[in-house]
Amino acid sequence: MTILKQELRQGRNALILWTAVIVFMLLICILIYPEMGSQMNELSGAFANMGGFSAAFGMDKINFGEFMGFFSVECGNILGLGGAFFAALLGISALAKEEKEHTAEFLLTHPLSRKNIVLQKGLSVLVQILILNAAAVSACAFCAFLIGEKPDIGSLTLLFLAYLTMQIETAAVCFGISAWISSGGLGIGLGGAALFYFLNLISNLAEGAKFLKFLTPFGYTDGAEILISGHLEAKYVTVGILFTAAGIAAAFWKYCRKDISV
Amino acid sequence: MYAIKTDSLTKYYGKSRGITNISLTVSEGDFFGFIGPNGAGKSTTIRTLLGLITPTSGSAELLGMDIMKQRNEILQKTGYMPSEASFYRGMKVREVIRYSAALRGLDCRKEAARLLDRLELNPDKKIRELSLGNRKKVSIICALQHHPRLLILDEPTSGLDPLMQREFFAILKEHNADGAAIFLSSHILSEIQRYCRHAAVIREGNILICDEVKNLGHTRAKQITLLGVSAPPAIDGIKNIESVEDGVKFLYSGDYHALLSALSSMPVTDMNMTEPDLEEIFMHYYRSGDM
Repeated sequence: MTILKQELRQGRNALILWTAVIVFMLLICILIYPEMGSQMNELSGAFANMGGFSAAFGMDKINFGEFMGFFSVECGNILGLGGAFFAALLGISALAKEEKEHTAEFLLTHPLSRKNIVLQKGLSVLVQILILNAAAVSACAFCAFLIGEKPDIGSLTLLFLAYLTMQIETAAVCFGISAWISSGGLGIGLGGAALFYFLNLISNLAEGAKFLKFLTPFGYTDGAEILISGHLEAKYVTVGILFTAAGIAAAFWKYCRKDISV
Repeated sequence: MYAIKTDSLTKYYGKSRGITNISLTVSEGDFFGFIGPNGAGKSTTIRTLLGLITPTSGSAELLGMDIMKQRNEILQKTGYMPSEASFYRGMKVREVIRYSAALRGLDCRKEAARLLDRLELNPDKKIRELSLGNRKKVSIICALQHHPRLLILDEPTSGLDPLMQREFFAILKEHNADGAAIFLSSHILSEIQRYCRHAAVIREGNILICDEVKNLGHTRAKQITLLGVSAPPAIDGIKNIESVEDGVKFLYSGDYHALLSALSSMPVTDMNMTEPDLEEIFMHYYRSGDM
């Protein structure tokens, strides 16, 4: 597990920074909720009638004035979008950075199979995503306690599980792409995560665009749907798991055959 | 068993040529030079041998093991120094050296400390603060600290000052004396001539010649310098004509009677005939491909 440790050491500062920013924004969001709560009750109706805008964010289906409704939209966007960007960056750079930074020649002339390298790098991505989410969950639980809210644990668990699954899928797809490229992955990663996010917004706007939910991992993170149905949409999650598996398989397949540029 | 044995090793990058039909053998314990100009295929050969790139066709064995099937076993017993030493920029020298040993599952701290001392390298410096020469030293330590049986060095001395180059070769000679085979790619001929027992010349992806270094200088051609004339005699077998002060220099591989007969009617004031030096031969191989 030498590479795993090295990857975690190398990524430590970025992990701390992303975690701090996401946790800080979640804290702010939750801590201002009591003050906003009463206003939200009044605004909730207005939000629900803002047509396409509220539909895009799922605000037409939930009560924005209740903690869970507020949390699923506001905090969902922070942890969803922020987490997706972080996961995409981790995934896209995991394998490609060795060639980009000209360290591939050093790493790959040591007695480790490429399969082993992909495995350890993949695990390091997963571990970092888990750390970020664990920090986010802890911060949210702590803040909810501070403001005296007792959110529905079942719904909250489902929401966090959806964000985590989405981040893992995003990272896995980018990880697969990472095996193909040797530089310039940053734009692909961030652009891909943003594309996934907007595909979901579009799919919320029109019934005819619903199929887009199959293409984006944000399809099963829609907080309103989760709160109303009490479960994750199995058909979207299944496709997401398939995308995840395909990304990981592509990374192994390509990296084990690839001519390394130095 | 050979340290390196390749059989028609070929690598194409799409349609462009990397190396074609490279067949060579390097004995265990040999000090082998691999000479060629930039773009000749030296690094492609080395990267193919180390499994960084996959050959298009042909096969190769390192230490009796197949490069495609036994890559890990080969790398466990091999040390490699790339032409451009790049490491993780945020790490310290000590951390990179330990990481390299850890990737091999070894504790090489004692040998690493000895090499750090000999190469006068500060282990607490950050990689990003190092000059090219000092990065090369890190590379040397990573390549040597586990006492490999085969050392593959790709233009290792660029960036090292002359004193450090001498120390570096002293270390290599010690490893060679202990039985390690050394495969040294270079275009610095004096290095090859001074340290290597065997050498191969590569040009445009092909091996032109592979022989003992001392034999590479022995060819039928002689280098002749004539003073007092501005052109060589008009006979067959003359190549590489160059003007020198008050005379002319050329390589001659023709009949000596014809040469002497032609010279007898020329106003030659002085004449010098020597074996061409390795550089001369090397340049000739580069230009024409045969001698």
